[in-house]
Amino acid sequence: MSAERIPGEIDPEDVLNLDGLLSDEELLGRDTVRRFVADKVLPEVADWFDDGRFPLEMAREFGDLGLLGMHLQGYGCAGTSATQYGLACLELEAGDSGVRSFVSVQGSLAMFPIWAFGSEEQKQTWLPGMAAGELIGCFGLTEPDSGSDPGSMRTTARREASGDWIIDGAKMWITNGSVADVAVVWAKTDPDGPDEGKVRGFVIPTDTPGFTAPIIHRKVSLRASVTSELVLESVRLPADAALPDVVGMRGPLSCLNEARFGIAFGAVGAGRACYEAARDYALERIQFDQPIAGFQLTQRKLVEMMIKVQRANLVALHLGRLKDQGDLATPQISFAKKDNVRNALEVAREARSVLGANGITTEYPVIRHMNNLESVYTYEGTNEIHTLILGQAITGISAFS
Amino acid sequence: MAMNIVVCVKQIPDPADPGELDPNTKTLKRDVKLILDEADSYGVEMALQLVDAAGGGEVTLVSMAPDDEVGGIRTALAMGAAKAVLVSDEALVGSDALGTAKVLAKAIERAGDADLVITATESSDGYTGTVPEQVAELLGLPSITFAKSIEVDGNTIKVKRQTEAGYDDVEAPTPAVISVTAGVVEPRYPSFKGIMAAKSKPVDEVTVADLGLDADAVGWAGARQEIVEIATAETREAGTIIEDEGEGYAQIVDFLADLKVI
Repeated sequence: MSAERIPGEIDPEDVLNLDGLLSDEELLGRDTVRRFVADKVLPEVADWFDDGRFPLEMAREFGDLGLLGMHLQGYGCAGTSATQYGLACLELEAGDSGVRSFVSVQGSLAMFPIWAFGSEEQKQTWLPGMAAGELIGCFGLTEPDSGSDPGSMRTTARREASGDWIIDGAKMWITNGSVADVAVVWAKTDPDGPDEGKVRGFVIPTDTPGFTAPIIHRKVSLRASVTSELVLESVRLPADAALPDVVGMRGPLSCLNEARFGIAFGAVGAGRACYEAARDYALERIQFDQPIAGFQLTQRKLVEMMIKVQRANLVALHLGRLKDQGDLATPQISFAKKDNVRNALEVAREARSVLGANGITTEYPVIRHMNNLESVYTYEGTNEIHTLILGQAITGISAFS
Repeated sequence: MAMNIVVCVKQIPDPADPGELDPNTKTLKRDVKLILDEADSYGVEMALQLVDAAGGGEVTLVSMAPDDEVGGIRTALAMGAAKAVLVSDEALVGSDALGTAKVLAKAIERAGDADLVITATESSDGYTGTVPEQVAELLGLPSITFAKSIEVDGNTIKVKRQTEAGYDDVEAPTPAVISVTAGVVEPRYPSFKGIMAAKSKPVDEVTVADLGLDADAVGWAGARQEIVEIATAETREAGTIIEDEGEGYAQIVDFLADLKVI
């Protein structure tokens, strides 16, 4: 039974009544994460951002709530729908993109490959602890000289006669790298070996000799999130450290699809938080003897923001339904990741202008979201790369090479 | 020792969406989406903690709501309750506190042998605050009100009962009906595992007749209390704004002294 709605009456925070597209169960999950964010994240996150830290005790809280690997089945995971996972990402990112990044990396980038491509032993070893937030994971694909073109990676996996693997290389911009207990690292095999130079994934306990993860400092974006470099110097791994069920770039790219799906929802949350902050501020801020929300220029800004947020929300929900039907194609994920993040960034910038000078401090959430979204715009496939994926999809011609 | 606890939960219109009174019936309109009364979430949490501490048993919910509404019940099931009895019947429209208590008492009996019945001290929409004691009387059980903590020692319930001055230590034999003060525990969030599990937890939907009650004993027909008039609460007067020019604290002290609170 849905709430009784008087015809013509609108909710300024949900003008199209998109909540009406959600089931009671989805609303319960969504509202629970929204309450969790209001209770545990919003009161603290400006301090985390200012201090440049992410409190690791949050990992257990995420685990207790069932947020980590929540759309995976078994191994201590909740097994929700993809849409429910997306809605959780949306609410987490309405708190902070760094907080959502933690959950995305843990669930979609670290747990997902172990769940999808790992051996039963790898799953049993890692997934229950990761679902509970007792073990933290990271994902190593990007390198200092290999970003949009991951196939050019230089990290190598050499097979010794004993069957052991020796990993050498460096990974860059790795969320949670310095705090992780386990890293899923992608490396190129020997061109003359049985895997013919193709990429394999490795599950590496971070206390393995030769593995170090120095933290990346001086960020002015995603400050409430740990970003690291992974350095792999002759890291010796047993034969069973490789993910057995995938060879080639399909492995890491399928993880990215999972994470990008969550980002498409998450960006809606960041945009919504900025729109709501701007609207609240515009209604209270008096200039020329009236709230600035009464000025035509401000109303136009607020309306454009609201439309962008609602439209992105609709795209994200559609994406969720497609994924739950098993019908989601990679270019559709690119559509939503590219467009929703760009819209959120534009909303954040416009919101900043509504807040005037107050928009530049972390007293208000807007510039924190704006700076965060600069990272979200680039990571998990840059806006440009997603444009080219879509370009190829609609022309049949690849512009990559 | 396993502990089976029944918790009475009310599903109410979301307080975030201001409710409307029906001028004809002089009661709150309930044809909107209903949610778990926050006042009841403390009882659910306390019951779950007691079952955990006992190392076995389960929490059963009992609720009376229009239109087979389960929105609030699903929240409490997702928190960890095992099952629910929901009483929904056209005949229940207009029930007063005693009528409600009659229904809840029968539903509690239907829920099975309970070691403890937990309620809130009052609902957040009706506020009569009398149902828990009426339920205890109808079931012939001891009643302890305003519990801030509950401890089970064999067949004895030990309660710290909140008072204006502090608390009283009160004991009763099991089974007993205990009302729990809001805010004394931190209700857990319904986890996603809980939300998924709640889908398959049983909700026993029953009518007044299923409970063996006469329709004349409940609803408008059975109500012994009548709401004579409803009126809008007076708006609060605007407060006094003190401009602090270094002496603001003294004015606050004087104000509190006038109220004789310091």
